Amino acid sequence: MRHLIFSIVTICVGFAAQAFEIEGEYRFGSDDARQEIRIISTADVEILIPLMRLFLDANPKVAIEYTSVSSGDLMTAIVDEGAQFDLALSSAMDLQIKLANDGFSAEHSSDATKLVPDWGNWRNHVFAFSQEEASIVVSPEAFEGLDIPRDRQALINVLRSHPERFEGRVATYDLALSGTGYLFATQDARTTETYWRLMEVMGSLDARLFGSSNAMIEAVSRGEMAVAYNVLGSYARARKDLDGMIEVIDPADVTSMMLRTAILLKGAEETELAQGFIDHLLLSAWGAEDVPEYPFYKWHLDTSEAAAATKPIRLGPGLLVFLDAQKRKRFLREWSAAIRQE
Amino acid sequence: MSELPPSTGSIRRRLTLQLMSGAAILATMLFFVVLNVARDLAESSQDNILFASATSILESAAVQGDEVVVDIPYGALSMLGNVSDDRVFYRVMAGPMLLTGYDNLPEIVRGRAEPSGFLTASYGGEDIRMVEVSRRLSLNGQAVDVAVAVAQTRNGQAETVAQMTRVALFSGAGFFLVAAVMAVLTAQSSIRPLNRLAGSVSRRGPKDMRPVAGPVPSEMVPLVTSLNRFMARLKTSLSRSEDFIAEAAHRVRTPLATVRTQAEVVLRRVDRDENRQSLREMIRAIDESSRAAGQLLDHAMVTFRTDHLEREHINLADLAEELVARLTPVAELKELQLVTKLDAGCEIYGDAILIQNAVRNILDNAIKYSQTDREILLEVLKGGERSILRVTDQAGGFPDALTTKLTERFARGVNSEGTVGSGLGLTIAKEVVEAHGGQLLLQNTDRGDGACVTLSFP
Repeated sequence: MRHLIFSIVTICVGFAAQAFEIEGEYRFGSDDARQEIRIISTADVEILIPLMRLFLDANPKVAIEYTSVSSGDLMTAIVDEGAQFDLALSSAMDLQIKLANDGFSAEHSSDATKLVPDWGNWRNHVFAFSQEEASIVVSPEAFEGLDIPRDRQALINVLRSHPERFEGRVATYDLALSGTGYLFATQDARTTETYWRLMEVMGSLDARLFGSSNAMIEAVSRGEMAVAYNVLGSYARARKDLDGMIEVIDPADVTSMMLRTAILLKGAEETELAQGFIDHLLLSAWGAEDVPEYPFYKWHLDTSEAAAATKPIRLGPGLLVFLDAQKRKRFLREWSAAIRQE
Repeated sequence: MSELPPSTGSIRRRLTLQLMSGAAILATMLFFVVLNVARDLAESSQDNILFASATSILESAAVQGDEVVVDIPYGALSMLGNVSDDRVFYRVMAGPMLLTGYDNLPEIVRGRAEPSGFLTASYGGEDIRMVEVSRRLSLNGQAVDVAVAVAQTRNGQAETVAQMTRVALFSGAGFFLVAAVMAVLTAQSSIRPLNRLAGSVSRRGPKDMRPVAGPVPSEMVPLVTSLNRFMARLKTSLSRSEDFIAEAAHRVRTPLATVRTQAEVVLRRVDRDENRQSLREMIRAIDESSRAAGQLLDHAMVTFRTDHLEREHINLADLAEELVARLTPVAELKELQLVTKLDAGCEIYGDAILIQNAVRNILDNAIKYSQTDREILLEVLKGGERSILRVTDQAGGFPDALTTKLTERFARGVNSEGTVGSGLGLTIAKEVVEAHGGQLLLQNTDRGDGACVTLSFP
């Protein structure tokens, strides 16, 4: 035990200077609300506003304080700085699992949690409330005269055969910066051998690395980039303003599905309200009733062939493996060697 | 009914209780054995998977350049997630140095020779099961022990155990229920031969001294043997005493006849009134004794013959006719009239001598108790399936409430004073009728002026 305290203290001392970086702080609900749910989240606030409004309409005396952070900062805030929040919403499944595994989460079980499929619920601590596809976003303009690739092998072929057209115009996540990118990359590496070949091809074309999906989507829409690999399809499809400027492709071989998850944090002050909010999220995601405010595509209701290729990343301790410092170091080294071609 | 012997409790209940408590003990043992096995199994299966996980991590450890690296396989941890939703912790040490993982996991103390160790401990407020395996690598010519520890919380195991506890509980309870039912049935079936024996003995008629012949379980053979021996002795002693009585009666009757003849001879010669009176008294006493002796002989004969009935088809009307013919002279002495009303179609299958004897005894009684100038009615008729022979007299009837007692040996009615008799007549009649499976009914006539004895035969 003393050991544990000691390590926490050293960590706190080590990180005390660099507080976690807040991207935005918002407050919803009436000013004289008696209760407040404090949410720390990696999701862009706009995407969740309708769902939060719906919840506040049903609970008029409640306010939501929404803190938007990156997935790494979410971890820092809770583990290293002990920041007080009731709920953590994150797209970084592995980090959410780590939070729960390391004892920062509380159990919650209700009728709503029973709606969640097995692979989307880890020990009633981590609950998936969205499935979001890892897509390829292309600029139709850049592919003029070429077949738009539908899977990884086709992408490799087209990139290889037209290096002059794609040189410096291929984009993907910078794994060192983005948790989502790292998650997609590690799952790709687990699932398909073509991933490494693709990285090598992209590396040979002097790939550009981005920190977020939105940046890639915009770069492609401007024609700056011809193709972006492993972009959150949900974000790209939500950009109705970019219609015609981008095309979103879900790889026909395997499409990894990231699960956005919610956890109830241990030491939450408004436990019951926070549980209510989780139930609200889960009901809109998995309930039979259609909730127009729910911003994500309900893949589990889709019976098309494209949906059959989707593969939700399973919540579980396996996700901890790539968080291992040694493993991460090794993976990033291999990835860098492939993508940087130095 | 004789008094019940003191009881030491029911064998059946004792047997049932003993079997049931045996079953209860076994069921409890079953419960604990199943529970223990389940717990061991749950623990060992968790140990096995932890061991597999740790081993696969250990396999990935290698020396690269001048450092030990470990490349944890994805499956090493995800396999733990496939079995249960438990929290997972791991630690990889190279010698005293932490390579990766949770450095505050508890230490497993184990000897140098042991390549693996298991531990149940508390970590972060939860119970964990932990496995550590180690391997020696060579780093720059130096031996370095790489130790991989993998731990898991025990919720899944606890759940399995809880589930198995339920299974164990149900199987224990089920076992007990089945065993309890079996116990009751076993106790019942083992007590059944005893009940059957008791039933067959108590259903017997009072004269039935035959040995018990039905098959009995070997444990009951000594009892039945003793019972049979006892009954044989009883039978011998009974027949001996009957023989003795018959012999005695016979011995007495013959000299009595001589004495009576002599007394009558003397009576004719004597003139003095008081002497004649004494002699008449004497003759009367002799008559009574000889009649009693006769009835005792009859009774002995009846007793003997009821054990060995010599059955034949008898027409009751013929039998009655013959008897009336024989008894009419006696009746006429008392100026009594014997009236018959006979249904000629009444036939029974029985021992003619015995039935004759029985009816004669009843008619004798009727004649004896009747005043002069009365009527005795002898009827033979069919009553449904039964053949009925009825004697009705006008001798004043039976005293109330005594009708059952009258059939006992040597019992005589209160109105019998001054009448010659031994009190065996009705006893004989009853024994004969019952030996034939019939019934003897004693009633008074509706007008109350006489008795009505009904013999009904099947």
